[in-house]
Order: sequence, then C-alpha cells, then structure tokens
Amino acid sequence: MRYIEPHGHMVSRTTDDYQAMATAGCEAVCEPAFWAGFDRSSADGFYDYFCQLTEHEPKRAAKFGLQHYTWLCINPKESEDVSLADHVLAIIPPLLERPTVLGIGEIGLNKNSKNEINVLEKHVDLAARFNQLILVHTPHLEDKYKGTRLILDVLKNDRRIKPERCIIDHVEEHTVKMVLDAGFWAGMTLYPESKCTPARAIDIMDVYGTEQIWMNSACDWGISVPLAVPRTALEMRKRGYAEDTIDKMIYRNPIQFMSQSPKFKIKA
Amino acid sequence: MDARSKLLDLAAFIDRVERGTGGADFRFAAFRSALTALEARKNRAEKVLLALSDPTKMPIPAATTKAATGAYPPAAKTPKRHRKK
Repeated sequence: MRYIEPHGHMVSRTTDDYQAMATAGCEAVCEPAFWAGFDRSSADGFYDYFCQLTEHEPKRAAKFGLQHYTWLCINPKESEDVSLADHVLAIIPPLLERPTVLGIGEIGLNKNSKNEINVLEKHVDLAARFNQLILVHTPHLEDKYKGTRLILDVLKNDRRIKPERCIIDHVEEHTVKMVLDAGFWAGMTLYPESKCTPARAIDIMDVYGTEQIWMNSACDWGISVPLAVPRTALEMRKRGYAEDTIDKMIYRNPIQFMSQSPKFKIKA
Repeated sequence: MDARSKLLDLAAFIDRVERGTGGADFRFAAFRSALTALEARKNRAEKVLLALSDPTKMPIPAATTKAATGAYPPAAKTPKRHRKK
C-alpha cells in the first residue's frame, strides 16, 4: 500500500509516528499551520513556528524517507485578534518562496465571528495575490454547518479564486455536498470521535464517489490516529472497494490536488 | 455486533444522565431531539448533524471561546425579534 498523508500536524507527534507512517507506506506528509493549543503572544512566535515547519520538520521526516510539505497562515482559532493576525500575515509572503510551502492553510473559521471572517478574507487575498493553493479548516461540531456556508461565500465572492485550487477540509455528511457541488475539493478527517470515523468516510464515498475528495488523519496533539488513512484503506478493502479505487483515494487524489503546486514532487 | 454495542452505549448513557442529580443541560435536550432523526427514511446521519448544528448564517459579533459544545443552545435558536418577552 502507498499513500499520502495530506494533513498531519507532525510537530505534535513523536518520531515513532514518522517511522510507523513510513512503514505503512506513507510517501509524503503535508502539514498545515495550526493552533498550538495555546495562543502565541507575538508574530515572532509564528515566525519560529514557520521556520520549524519549513526547515526542521522536513529533515525529521527525511530520516524515514518521507517528503514533508507545509502550508502557512494564522489559524482561525487565533484570528479574533486582528492586530496580531495582520502582523503574522505580513511575515508570510517571503516564506512562500521556500521550497516545501504548498500554499495558504489551514485558514477558515472557528466560531464564525466577524473578525474571523475578516482575517479569512485577508488570507484569501494573500493566496490570490501570490497564486497559492488554499487549504481550508471548517469549524467544529455545531459550528461546522454555518461556518462552511460562510467560508464558501467568502471564496465564491473573490473572483480570483479557482475552486479546484481549494480544498475544504473536515467535511461531514451535512457539508460535503455543498462543497463538491461548488467545484471545490473536499477533505474527510478521520478521527475516533469527532469529524468522520473511517466507516462514515467510506459511507460518504459510497454516496458521493471518489472525485475531488481525499482522506487525512489530521493527527495533532489531541485524540487522533496517525495511521488513520491506511487503516481506512483496509476498511475500504473489507467493504469491497477495488485496489485501484483505494489507491486513487489515498495516493493519486492527494497528488492530483497538490501537484497544482510545482513544488510538489511526487508524481502518480 | 458493532452497532449493537453502540446502541447499548447510547441506552446506558441516557440511563446514566437521567440518574444524575445535576441541572438540565441543553446538550442533552438536543441529543434527545436529534434521536428522532433515526426514524427518518434516509440520510439519518446528515439529519442528526443538522439537528445539532447552528442553523443561522449571521456571523457572531466576537468569539468569546475557542471551544464548541456539540449542540446549538436552544435560546439561540430563535432570532431575538421573534422571541416572546
């Protein structure tokens, strides 16, 4: 089995996790910028984090033969402070030139506030000006349905944004259709409790197919499983999916999306 | 077996909450309300999720917490102009 982990917060994981992922067939891991579990106090804290993502983490992954790519932003959980967000947005443009940066992400909304939308619009503008791919986080639990609709409005309202260059992540049964119908890519996050369980993710594939959709573990410092993607592939096999379809879902689809950035080196 | 186990977990959870002596929790009311979606003819998972979701589209003035609770508070479900005084 070969696969891509298109969304993993590896700075929060142990080296053992890298080893296990490589053993399971992972060829590349892609790490969007994330909330650390606490609020950073300054843009300098973000600069250090961005250096960790673009300099240190690729070396750690390379020890196990894994390619490591990243996405930069200030996460929506820290977007209520617009002044801080402005400072962070100002340091991002030169970092976009680094060789493993695929785009802007994971941007989006958390509690669906006016300031979060303001900062989201600024990120979308940044992506448009620098011709970057976009990876979007949709809110948690009761806030997801509303937040997904608001996010789609922001993206659709900017005529420079091409839906096929945006992935809307963490979709569930009540949001996947609106995302795919609007021409965006959809990401399913495989969590033991929230978001999608492997069984539900495969249910969504049963209904909506396997075009413009991927699966990720979004493994981070919370309850999450770094091997969720290959385990879900085993579940797909158990449910009768063909090997070619499994390969498309866990390998070729992520490559198809991320190859829109010339920096992504793996070819299907 | 998996579904049977999960069904029993739900039944035991409801019994456990109802044995409790604490005050009412809007999340439990929302949970019970969402259970009715299981009687739908199709798209039950989607209907459960929608029953637990904020149905509005107006951004909130400011985020005062980062956390989600799992259900939309009933007081917030009725727009202010429609609420009885």
